[in-house]
Amino acid sequence: MTISTIPPEPGESPGRFGVVIVGGGHAGAQAAGALIQQGYTGRVALVGDEADPPYERPPLSKDYLAGAKDFAQILLRPAAFWADKGITLLTGQRVVSVDSGAHALRLQGGGVIGYDTLIWAAGGRARRLSCSGHDFAGVHCIRTRADVDALAAELPGVERVAVVGGGYIGLEAAAVLTKLGKSVVLLETQDRVLARVAGAPLSRFYEAEHRAHGVDIRLNTTVSAIEGRDDRATGVRLADGTLLPADMVIVGIGIIPETDILQSAGATCSNGVNVDEFCRTNLPDIYAVGDCAAHVNAFADGARIRLESVQNAVDQAGVAVKSILGHPVAYHAVPWFWSNQYDLRLQTIGLSGGHDAAVLRGDPQTRSFSLVYLRQGRVIALDCVNNARDFVQGKALVAGGLAINPVALADNGVALKVLAQPIVA
Amino acid sequence: MVAITFIAHDGRTRLVQADIGLSVMKAARNADVPNIDAECGGACSCATCQVYVDPAWLEIVGLPSAAEDAMLDQAPQRRPNSRLSCQIQVTAALDGLTLSVPESQY
Repeated sequence: MTISTIPPEPGESPGRFGVVIVGGGHAGAQAAGALIQQGYTGRVALVGDEADPPYERPPLSKDYLAGAKDFAQILLRPAAFWADKGITLLTGQRVVSVDSGAHALRLQGGGVIGYDTLIWAAGGRARRLSCSGHDFAGVHCIRTRADVDALAAELPGVERVAVVGGGYIGLEAAAVLTKLGKSVVLLETQDRVLARVAGAPLSRFYEAEHRAHGVDIRLNTTVSAIEGRDDRATGVRLADGTLLPADMVIVGIGIIPETDILQSAGATCSNGVNVDEFCRTNLPDIYAVGDCAAHVNAFADGARIRLESVQNAVDQAGVAVKSILGHPVAYHAVPWFWSNQYDLRLQTIGLSGGHDAAVLRGDPQTRSFSLVYLRQGRVIALDCVNNARDFVQGKALVAGGLAINPVALADNGVALKVLAQPIVA
Repeated sequence: MVAITFIAHDGRTRLVQADIGLSVMKAARNADVPNIDAECGGACSCATCQVYVDPAWLEIVGLPSAAEDAMLDQAPQRRPNSRLSCQIQVTAALDGLTLSVPESQY
């Protein structure tokens, strides 16, 4: 594949840029802004396949879905910002191929853009069900503004909602829809919600909270088909034959990282686009950042992982930009994350995967507590519910990988910052 | 519109016309006030949108919540008049407010 041998039609192509950023999410927007802020003087293009300028994704399953924030309130920057800063914002443009040798990429529709440096911040697309009926009207996902607008437009006529997937997106959507008065059933294949990302005590707490709010949570439950009439969903058929009537189905079963195009261009990919500590791919002058970047993470015991979070998007964008500007700094950021459900504010620091012990701080009955995760005696993560103090003070424990006595950790009366102090003999 | 003045660490001032209903952080970001990084987008989770409230305005702006107070503890150069600007809503009562921005939010 050699894009450069096919000249574009005159006037069809946006031309050549110093840095082209593919992906208009948090990572792409951050990279573009940081380049300008840090004095980059070349031309910058930000290419996104969505119609809108960059916006915050987390509120899609929270305040934006609930109608508590309108779209203008979740724009990352005012619409005029990009032009004001000299950034060429290309919305509604899908990249179909990259030619790393020619330093050029091709857009759907035929336009070609040249680059000196490419930042691949293309994120991922919502994973769909594969069972029959998965493409019926009334089956939704929550990844983009368009997804949520389509879902919200149907809501007035909806009474019963089936949410497939007990991860953060599914739980947040269930919380919003329950509060909007919908009858919600949430289906999870594992034996607990949040099974991939949190310890069992946290799962049990959130299951109890959702049930208390009226959500019908069904664990160990597999969907076998979406039932429908005239290609519109009317219910969910479970593997055991049960039919759950539903006017709407929301699928929250994760994302598929956008790797295909870079892989075709020769990038080494695993569960994402493989990058080094400076977010460089194996291809010349191509970086990958954010949800799609498979990187070695010190806070995951050195495993190569992808992180789907604002923190990772923002911090990796910063790493790529510093490297491009000639001041490389290796990626080494403590992961953090948040989730709002009902009046519960969960804040996570570190990554709990691979923990061999979990210590509860405080009483979940009070709806303010923390779960501290350890691996071989060292603190690797905390999940803090309505407990910002532990979230803040726990960061030092995770950053330092401190070994703390579990009995001391369990004493909610002792602040974590006290435990973080080195013991002086 | 509500007039809010931001004073940078080097003494330069920026007058921002803020829409009522936005957070002060969002108004500052929209006007591209430097050093209001707001990495978490206003979720009270990163403490990178700290401002110092002009003492004359402290009473009107009010005190941080317990969650904000905890976040401020990790902010660099916290002062008694520190707030997170994402947690201050722009209201008509804030017309004329003056805020100072720390040198760095990292």
